Order: sequence, then structure tokens, then C-alpha cells
Amino acid sequence: MWESIRRWFDPRELRSVGSTPDYRFSLANERTFLAWLRTGLALVAGGLAAAQFLPPLPLRHLREAIAIALLLLGGAVAVRAVDHWARTERAIRLGEELPASRFPAVLALTVGLGALLLVVAVLLRALGGR
Amino acid sequence: MTGPSAAPRPARDPGLQPERTRLAWRRTALALTVVTVLAVRLAFTGDLGGVLLAGVTLVVWGAVLPVCWRRGTGTGPARTGGRSLPLAALGAAALAVLGVALVLRGLW
Repeated sequence: MWESIRRWFDPRELRSVGSTPDYRFSLANERTFLAWLRTGLALVAGGLAAAQFLPPLPLRHLREAIAIALLLLGGAVAVRAVDHWARTERAIRLGEELPASRFPAVLALTVGLGALLLVVAVLLRALGGR
Repeated sequence: MTGPSAAPRPARDPGLQPERTRLAWRRTALALTVVTVLAVRLAFTGDLGGVLLAGVTLVVWGAVLPVCWRRGTGTGPARTGGRSLPLAALGAAALAVLGVALVLRGLW
């Protein structure tokens, strides 16, 4: 783990493999990284907002659990973004296939499932509160 | 021969890639600032621990924002890669960890 973190911070190592590609490919890769980073920051912002703007929920500590889940998901998205950027950059320089990833699908399913659970919770509360 | 296409034009990038990348860095800087504001608001509870956590949050913001801003300004060919990317990502991860600490702190 520390080895890969060290490698992210060492641009010489990345530049030593393969050949320098058309700079537009590198810029596109960088923008994709930034878009993922903003996705992670949006999840973090959602977690921080849930912690301070949601009213206390009927289930004990549910609000805090939602907040922490969003925060951890956001942090994971940010770290994974830089890892994926480095692996993509390496593949572009070597002329290889771009790295495939299950992460977008997993993230989409997680967010979708979380939203569905909250819809069920809201409906149950609306029906039970009559 | 007259007309606009007579002389070879300097190479230009119709995709405006350097500009788009700079704007992406600026948007990221803005998102980072929003997260920092939310974290500082959550941290301030009036006691010393809250002030300390708010201070740490502001230190992370102060370390990462200049990096994003430097990549987001200027003209001419854009730089690619470098240490700014892992630094920005680790800054975001640090804010996430700080957020978890702030939420857990609110529980007791």
C-alpha cells in the first residue's frame, strides 16, 4: 500500500515507462480523474450535510450511520481515482488496453440500493404515521 | 493568392483541452472549499476539541487549494500529471476521515 502511495507521488517513475503520448490523451485522463475526485467530494459533502442538517431519525444513530457510510464511500472514491489515473496513464504510455474496472458499477449499485432503502424508510414512516 | 487558408496556420487545438482541464481544476477547488465549509461548520461546537478539528480541516484546505488553483490558472499549454493529482486525492480522503471523526465525536 505504501509502495503504491510512494509511486503516485513520483512522477519520474511514471514518465520512465513507454513513450510520451499525445498530450491531449493525458489531459483527458486528468479530467477524468478530476471528475472522479469531485464525485468523491460530493459524497463527502453529502455525508457532512446529513450529519448536521438531517433531523434525528426514528432508528437510533441511523443519521450518523448514513453520514459515515457516505464519508467512507467518498474517501474510497478519491483514493481509487488517483490509482485508476496512474494505471490509465501507464497503459496509455505503453499503448496497452485501458484498465477495466468494476468500481463504477459497484458504486452505482451501492448508491442506488441506498436510495431505494431510504425510499422504503420514508414510505414506511408515512404509512405508519397516519 | 488571397484568402484565409493561403498561409499555413499554426497548429491549434479545436478541443480546447488545456482550458477544459484548467476549468476542471477550478471546479475541483470549489468543491473542496464547499466540503471544508461544511466540515468547519460541523466542527464548531464551542469547545477546544472542535476548534482543533476545525483548525486541522483548514490546514488540509490550505495545503490543497493552492495546488488546485495553480493548475487552474495561466495560459498556454497545460501541464499534465505530476504530484498535484495524488495530493488533491489524499486531501479529499483526509477530509473524509476528518468528517468521520467529527460525526463520531458528535455521538458522545
